[in-house]
Amino acid sequence: MLGRTANGLYWMFRYIERAENSARLIDAGLRMALTRSGATEGDWDGVLQSAGVRELYDEVHETLTSIDAIDFLLRDRANPSSVMSCIEAGRHNARMVRTALTRETWEATNECYLEMKAILSRKARPTDMPEIIDQIKRRAGLIRGAFHGTMLRNEIFNFSRIGTFIERADNTARILDVKYYVLLPAVAAVGSSMDNVQWESILRSVSAHRAYGWVYDAELKPANIADFLISNGRMPRSLAYCYEKIASNLGYLEREYGERHQAHETADRTLAALRSRSITDIMDQGLHEYLEDFISQNNRLGQEISDGYRFN
Amino acid sequence: MVKNKGTTPLAFDEMMNADSSPRQPYSTYHEWYASQDRNRLIAKSKDAENIFRKTGITFAVYGHADSSEKLIPFDLIPRIISGREWRKLAQGIEQRVIALNAFLDDIYHKQEIIRAGRVPRELIEKNVAFLPQMIGFRPPGGVYTHIVGTDIVRTGEDQFYVLEDNARTPSGVSYMLENRETMMQMFPELFHQNRVRPVENYPNLLRQSLASLAPPGCSGKPRVAVLTPGIYNSAYYEHAFLADMMGVELVEGSDLRVIDGKVKMRTTRGYEAIDVLYRRVDDDFLDPLTFRPESALGVPGIMDVYRAGNITIANAPGTGISDDKAIYSYMPEIVEFYTGRKPLLENVPTWRCSEPQSLKYVLEHLEELVVKEVHGSGGYGMLVGPTASKKERALFAEKLKARPTNYIAQPTLSLSTVPILVNKGIAPRHVDLRPYVLVSDKVQIIPGGLTRVALKAGSLVVNSSQGGGTKDTWVLED
Repeated sequence: MLGRTANGLYWMFRYIERAENSARLIDAGLRMALTRSGATEGDWDGVLQSAGVRELYDEVHETLTSIDAIDFLLRDRANPSSVMSCIEAGRHNARMVRTALTRETWEATNECYLEMKAILSRKARPTDMPEIIDQIKRRAGLIRGAFHGTMLRNEIFNFSRIGTFIERADNTARILDVKYYVLLPAVAAVGSSMDNVQWESILRSVSAHRAYGWVYDAELKPANIADFLISNGRMPRSLAYCYEKIASNLGYLEREYGERHQAHETADRTLAALRSRSITDIMDQGLHEYLEDFISQNNRLGQEISDGYRFN
Repeated sequence: MVKNKGTTPLAFDEMMNADSSPRQPYSTYHEWYASQDRNRLIAKSKDAENIFRKTGITFAVYGHADSSEKLIPFDLIPRIISGREWRKLAQGIEQRVIALNAFLDDIYHKQEIIRAGRVPRELIEKNVAFLPQMIGFRPPGGVYTHIVGTDIVRTGEDQFYVLEDNARTPSGVSYMLENRETMMQMFPELFHQNRVRPVENYPNLLRQSLASLAPPGCSGKPRVAVLTPGIYNSAYYEHAFLADMMGVELVEGSDLRVIDGKVKMRTTRGYEAIDVLYRRVDDDFLDPLTFRPESALGVPGIMDVYRAGNITIANAPGTGISDDKAIYSYMPEIVEFYTGRKPLLENVPTWRCSEPQSLKYVLEHLEELVVKEVHGSGGYGMLVGPTASKKERALFAEKLKARPTNYIAQPTLSLSTVPILVNKGIAPRHVDLRPYVLVSDKVQIIPGGLTRVALKAGSLVVNSSQGGGTKDTWVLED
């Protein structure tokens, strides 16, 4: 396969993952607004930070309002992580690698783009938001379904999956890092209703508020939340789950090509650490430092994959 | 009988006779059509548009920033050609394509046709499409034009003319294939009732044809790739489609590099050699070391690899000299010179504006003529005299006088019509035809091709960039 094609697949799936993630963050923000008498600017500040676009927002807007924040996350082309920018970039990459995709996968991607472009051609009214968020999730689900149902399990599949999980790991780590302070034992000792809202919003940002209850006690506890999103290998957005997938897909490539790169070492080492370290240990050592390290290491892995497989 | 606006009073309609009975090739189809509910057909027409949009069968129109991806309108009434008509066309096309290759081989070697005084030397050697780099070099298998799209127009029951020999990188074949696919999906019953010759195996034939002309330096199974200028090119969809259907890599210049005397592509496993490159990049951009130095679309050094016999480039560089519009006027002589026979298909009479007598005639008769740029394509930069305004003709006359060698002129042919579906039923529109020809050790002509249709009543311009549409084209077994 061409290095450029591997690169296109990797980014196509990173962008689709990110589009969903941005939509989920907006959803969590809207939810917080409902839980109290309207979301405060501080809440949207956190949402923008989780999306990694807080500074960019300030370059475009003078004040922080919920309407502007939603629009920025949903459809602003100036924001490369807005839902519309991501869908556009994902589809652009899909067009570039069309020969590697099944007709079903391409059409699902193209239809997602055509529909979202029509829906997001003008500013969304607050009352339309639930429907829009649903539509984004549904469209992304159709792409995923077509992809899983029709693609050969070969190198094309592996590069696509690696893109998905590098992006997802980055998203989850970022969401946790923005809110890490509400999970610290000292702060969390009380467990006020304010904390509860914050904790729930973390879980909602990764669509895990229901699943949490299935795995742990119904009561929200900071250490459990952190454990769920970092170490729990069954939670599909946890760091551990993402690295299981990254390592196994890199493993397929290693066997197929008979070639091992720096990326394999990094992924295996990270996975081993995720498996062996307890959440108490991580929190004792400093959650924030841990997440910062993880994010930069995850970026480095992306670069190593790009180097090893000659993306550029 | 059909009446047209403008100066073409009567056009030959391929479906209906003057007495409103259907012509023979259309008789089965016409019966089916008569039994159809019009609203159902109009709904089907919308379905077809949705299929095309969903699939992303789009093209880019240059100079339209807001409409970067457009659909080519598809009309669901097929254009039908009888087996007898097709045999005549196919023989004429084959003769012409053989002559084109012989002509190219001659002008890049002994130039006997020039020495025989049949084609003027300056027309060849001063032509920008003539590549001195090709002199004395013979491409693998002696084939210059691996893929040709011969544009044909019809004016009557037995009158066919060749309008252009597209011998560089003819496009549109993906529409031929998708149109058929769409018709078969929408109206399967029509393909039970009519014996339509298949076109679906084109990608397969293309791959075999290209692979059979691998260079002498290739050992083992030849590796074929399609070279595209990239995602912003107007025909990108087609490039991706053909690579996909052939099961070969779609590469861009930035993927390729000359290493150890071979053209290699950067893959996830390292650099791998390509043996046959079906390039959809113009000569000028192919090799920045040989042609335009600023080109980022090509491969530096590929011409050296080519001349060393380590890659096949399809079509060969320098084939543009054979489909140049000024050379076109010499095609009857060219065909006769190399095949020893009169051309089976006629040329459209052509005035070369470089000749003072002709220029004078053209300027005096602008309102009857079509004037084209010698190197133009896609319907850009041409004047259709009968439909142009007085002012447009006057402006064009100035351009003509300033650079007469840049233009040729032809009479306005009364192109045949085939009906299209409109809101009130059907209405005749002018059409042309581009059959696709593959050349290897044999000449294979795909039965059918791309029918382009002008959607505006009376319009003679069928180019998609100028608002034309397409039709499925049937050649019947008989």
